[in-house]
Amino acid sequence: MNIAVCIKQVPDTETKVKISDDKKSIAEGDINFILNPYDEFGVEEALKLADGGEVTIISLGPDRVTSAIRSALAMGAHKAIHIKSDAVPADPGATADALVAVLKEGNYDLIFTGKQAIDDDHTQMASLLGEKLGIPAVNVVVKLEVSGGKVRAEREIEGAHEVVECPTPCVISAQRGLNEPRYASLKGIMAAKKIQIEAKDVNPGPNQLQIVEYNYPPQKSAGKIVGDSADAVPELIRLLNEEAKVI
Amino acid sequence: MFQGVDYFKISDLFSDDERMIQQTVREFVEERFMPVIQKHHRNGTFPLDIIPEMGQMGLLGVTVPEEYGGPGLSNFIYGIAMQELERGDSGLRSFASVQGSLVMFPIKTYGSEEQKKKWLPLLASGTKIGCFGLTEPDFGSNPGGMLTRAKKTNDGWLINGSKMWITNGSLADIAVVWAKTDDGINGFLLEKGTPGFTAKGLEGKLSLRASDTAELSFQDCFVPDENKLPGALGLKGPLSCLNEARYGISWGVTGAAMACYDEALNYSKNRIQFDKPIASFQLTQEKLVAMVTEITKSQLLNYQLGRLKDKGLATFNHVSLAKRNNVAQALNIARTARTILGANGISDEYQSMRHAMNLESVLTYEGTHEVHTLIVGQHITGESAF
Repeated sequence: MNIAVCIKQVPDTETKVKISDDKKSIAEGDINFILNPYDEFGVEEALKLADGGEVTIISLGPDRVTSAIRSALAMGAHKAIHIKSDAVPADPGATADALVAVLKEGNYDLIFTGKQAIDDDHTQMASLLGEKLGIPAVNVVVKLEVSGGKVRAEREIEGAHEVVECPTPCVISAQRGLNEPRYASLKGIMAAKKIQIEAKDVNPGPNQLQIVEYNYPPQKSAGKIVGDSADAVPELIRLLNEEAKVI
Repeated sequence: MFQGVDYFKISDLFSDDERMIQQTVREFVEERFMPVIQKHHRNGTFPLDIIPEMGQMGLLGVTVPEEYGGPGLSNFIYGIAMQELERGDSGLRSFASVQGSLVMFPIKTYGSEEQKKKWLPLLASGTKIGCFGLTEPDFGSNPGGMLTRAKKTNDGWLINGSKMWITNGSLADIAVVWAKTDDGINGFLLEKGTPGFTAKGLEGKLSLRASDTAELSFQDCFVPDENKLPGALGLKGPLSCLNEARYGISWGVTGAAMACYDEALNYSKNRIQFDKPIASFQLTQEKLVAMVTEITKSQLLNYQLGRLKDKGLATFNHVSLAKRNNVAQALNIARTARTILGANGISDEYQSMRHAMNLESVLTYEGTHEVHTLIVGQHITGESAF
């Protein structure tokens, strides 16, 4: 099976985000970038399913995204395409257009994405790719079986698991629980550097979303001490009831 | 997650893949080992379930060629891997050191083609575990005095004697045992289950608790001819293995020191006394600065030692100097870190005292601090003091 995995490079989960002076972007200076953790589940699943076929990693972004691509190659992926772009468009639809242009050139039985990127949290990519390619998209998948041109996927939904079937090719978005991603082997890391990453210039589609501004979340206000003896209890109950409205 | 300590940006001198390997091993230790080390340290057990993953990653026998199942990588990368493993615990690094440098290295260097083909792939994948028997109850720094004997029979050898302080000893499927024959010291591969071969785990250790340490004994233990290492004769054989392991220790203990400094630094910023973080006190700052200074010096030593070793220019006295310095400094750093942690530092909720306890062993094993002093002393003066 030939499989494509669309990956995104995102800031490390421990990053303390700094907003740039014009408030329209995130200051990248000290950020440690990593492969989006949900995409890692997609890479692992693709490697398990490929069975003699090829796994191709596709990513859009500036030059720094090649390090995320190398991480996926080090896990064992065979090929990689880097769609060169100064920045990742604010509009997931624009990114999807560029990915679709590249995906159409390959003959993929399955396309994986993570269920969401942990930086902008749009959670749209699998659905957008399915729609634009005219193939089914199954989101938030925790179990997957593929045989005879069909996939059987278990999805996490509120309070239950939903089992769906659809024909291939299709788009699958990976959720935690789908698998346990392997650590890249030392040999895999050395082999990954020998793989040529194919660079492509593709114009992203129209950007219909504009970032107006970034703001920090409101600071938590200081707590209030109403007293230190049993006498304070009535006042505490009044505040919890009337101000905090929790009882 | 642990972000490393690299005050002088020494990793800028690494290649991209060396940095990526460092990051990958660091994540492996963070995710697979750190959550379980407290339990294993308390119980005196090694986390056996992570061995197959270590094998799959290529952490066992890093420099063993691909044709024998290893990743066939550089000594420098081996060093980086050992540093990251010992950041977790000296027991974890010891496991990999013994398997790679003390078991796979002698088989690779002194073994027959059949021995290499049979054992190296199994040891590289972690399917089989090995140990190394040189030290005896009465012969530590003076291994040449060993009492273990191998006597020639028609189709093999009969081994009698005992070995002490053997890492991985009771876990091992195969032991590389050094014994005296009429020709001098020879190496033998003893398989688990050989009649007359017993391994007994040592109780009551206050150090390297998350590591298996055993006493091996041999009573008329028969070893066929094909299990003798054909290429090793004399003390040079086992000493060359130790030189490999000591190289890994120089890197490894720097990892332990980095973990202790990182813990002490973070603690000092959050611990409030006299209404201020203790990091704001001059005495604490002096300790932290001394720690990061010694870590930086050890890192530079490892960097150059690793590059020299890959060029074939690192001699055993270079390795002795690095092992001697880096272990002593790491032990000092671990103890100082514990003082910054105050009373909390004696709890196993924190790691510095565990590292300090481990490093007491590392100061002594693989050549004591004193013996390494005399090796370098002999080299620079031309006079042997032992």
